[in-house]
Amino acid sequence: MIIELGHFALILACLIACVQAIIPLIGAHKRWPGWMAVAEPAANAQFLLVAFSFAALTYAFVTSDFSVKLVVNNSHTAKPMLYKITGVWGNHEGSMLLWLLILTLFGVSAAWFGGNLPPTLRARVLAVQSSIGVAFYAFILLTSNPFERLAVPPMNGRDLNPLLQDPGLAFHPPFLYLGYVGLSMAFSFAVAALIEGRVDAAWARWVRPWTLAAWMFLTVGIGLGSWWAYYELGWGGFWFWDPVENASFMPWLFAAALLHSAVVVEKRESLKSWTILLAILAFGFSLIGTFIVRSGVITSVHAFANDPERGVFILLILAVFMGGALVLYAARAGAMEARGVFSPVSRESALVLNNILLAVSALVVFVGTIWPLVGEMILGRKLSVGAPFFNMAFTPFMVALGLALPIGSMLPWKRGAIRRVLRALRLPLMLAIALMALTFAVQTGRSALGPVGVFLGAWVVMGAMIDIWSKTGRTGNRMGRLTRLPRADWGKAVAHGGLGVTMFAIAGLMAWEKEDIRVAQVGESFEVAGYTLTLQDVRQVQGPNFRSTTGDVLLSRNGREISTLHPEKRIYPVQQMPTTEAAIDYGLLRDVYVVIGDPQNNGGWTVRTYYKPLANWIWGGSILMALGGLLSLSDRRYRVAAGARKAGTRAQGVPAE
Amino acid sequence: MKRLLLILSLLAISAPALAVQPDEILDDPRLEERARDISADLRCLVCRNESIDESNAELARDLRILVRDRLVEGDSNEEVIDYIVARYGEYVLLKPTMTGGNWLLWGAGPLMLLLALGGGVVYLRGRSRATEPGQDRLSDAEQARLRQILDD
Repeated sequence: MIIELGHFALILACLIACVQAIIPLIGAHKRWPGWMAVAEPAANAQFLLVAFSFAALTYAFVTSDFSVKLVVNNSHTAKPMLYKITGVWGNHEGSMLLWLLILTLFGVSAAWFGGNLPPTLRARVLAVQSSIGVAFYAFILLTSNPFERLAVPPMNGRDLNPLLQDPGLAFHPPFLYLGYVGLSMAFSFAVAALIEGRVDAAWARWVRPWTLAAWMFLTVGIGLGSWWAYYELGWGGFWFWDPVENASFMPWLFAAALLHSAVVVEKRESLKSWTILLAILAFGFSLIGTFIVRSGVITSVHAFANDPERGVFILLILAVFMGGALVLYAARAGAMEARGVFSPVSRESALVLNNILLAVSALVVFVGTIWPLVGEMILGRKLSVGAPFFNMAFTPFMVALGLALPIGSMLPWKRGAIRRVLRALRLPLMLAIALMALTFAVQTGRSALGPVGVFLGAWVVMGAMIDIWSKTGRTGNRMGRLTRLPRADWGKAVAHGGLGVTMFAIAGLMAWEKEDIRVAQVGESFEVAGYTLTLQDVRQVQGPNFRSTTGDVLLSRNGREISTLHPEKRIYPVQQMPTTEAAIDYGLLRDVYVVIGDPQNNGGWTVRTYYKPLANWIWGGSILMALGGLLSLSDRRYRVAAGARKAGTRAQGVPAE
Repeated sequence: MKRLLLILSLLAISAPALAVQPDEILDDPRLEERARDISADLRCLVCRNESIDESNAELARDLRILVRDRLVEGDSNEEVIDYIVARYGEYVLLKPTMTGGNWLLWGAGPLMLLLALGGGVVYLRGRSRATEPGQDRLSDAEQARLRQILDD
């Protein structure tokens, strides 16, 4: 019964979404307050109904209701409760419902927090947001109904893919969807602004927090995903340039570009039409990502079981929304009057460069991702495009970005001089060069990766420090002023610093990791990168829904014990699937990563050991980036009535807030 | 072909063996390093987007051994890759060649960057030459209101 109610609630929400997509739009056009006011209760109702529907599905999973097909296919009574809940979105249908839940959540927050938006803009934003909803309701109801029942319920379910039974991956999709769907707000604002025919500093101020939030969630989601890949897939890779990963990375790059260009609109009223275009593209790439993941057109490691009919439907959604928005853009963008005047050497220009690098790098990823398709359909060749290509084609953009970042972020608005900025940055520059030289001298390999990573990391992190320090004036109590700086300043410094940390960590890990593969007898000791490992025992262990072969490996250094590691090899009998559970000794400067493999004929076991320097720094940097976003988001100017201080933003020459 | 892939991938699942096995490793560390470099660029044909160096599949193991055999025979890296491509097609290359239409794939980044930089420069020159409009100019309504105030 509850299942049917959930299904019914979803249908009802779809009908309300249709109303919300049309009535407020007409109301805004005709300036009828009553019609515009429909949007708010409708958004509330939609959110409540979808939340109910989602709760109904969760209930089915928690109670292991095996009359529901989705539960049978993705759950099992022996599965731990946490994974029964996360199993709700560990599959195509359930994850689409989560997607909708988040979409309506964003819609309703626009209704709740949009009190100070001009009424016509608010009505239009909510209507556009709801029209995206309509498309996805239709998608779910017509092609991927999660509430389908089975006539003859089986005794037990088929269990969730064991790779997904993991805390890292359990919370990866919700964050990712918060990011993807968050970009729909930027899209709705952009389309609403095109319909209004007006983009100004106030618009940018309203749009930025949504983009910032979406970008932050995407950062966390991508970080979680890559952390999961690192410890779960069993050889410590953290990024594979897999189509599905690229699908989340492209929107992230566009969102980062959008964040920066919206600053220019907010402070200087330039780059308006470009910002609108970016907002459209950012969401467009979220949709392309959804298409790639769910259509199966481009095969990948962890795409959902996919089918072409769904792919065509998503392609249709993509065509309608992108096509519609771009046509509207072509018709209206000319009307966006640019205001700010600035010289080629200025913060504005630096942000244009940032946008060029981010957007082009995202397009490079896009071209690489779809190239196998192009190859097969146009060139008639069966091709692969993998990590080696992306590493070569993408990395230069990030190096250029890292080089320009500290200078660009310190250039003044309107007109600046690079020489003056370089003088302020001479200390970080010299230190970074010194560190690079030192690394080059110390390291044994020939790879340039390590030194370049050290330089970029040091340059970007110290540049961010100098940047925020320079805002404390020249004399007097600079420390005191530092603590009182606006949170947006701190957000900028922390996020930029985080990027530097991540760049450094990725380069360091790739340049200096060590690997050891061997057959070890029980009781045998061996050395890897200065550490001594002893395989003490190998046991068979029975888990709740798996069997495990667990090794006990003693890790020590110079005779001093550090820890005992327990690498496992698991078999999940229901899914007939083996997984490797690496054992990792986490450390500030390095991880020691141990994997146990197969028994050998001579009684030994295959043991793989990896020494991974700086691994944690990759995610530490991502956390810093997300934290920077959060700090910016909590800035006072978003908390006080947005737009109330609109006149104040025109003040020029003040250190950027 | 599809069924074959399915069977192969099922085999890969039922016989888990993690990537490079100890018995595959060559005694000469320099040859082994070359083998690892080569395998990182070759695709495991029955896997999704994995190199043979990372893959657990039986076929990947066969390819890894093949690569090592060729290296021991004295082939150069290019000869080994050509040998594999001749047998399995260019689908095995994770880094596509620059031949034929593929120049567009490799050229896409630099070309788009040039275009974008060109567009950016044109825009920036426009911005630095423009005169600041708006800000201190009044709209028609405001003009009318001003006139009205002045007339009073």
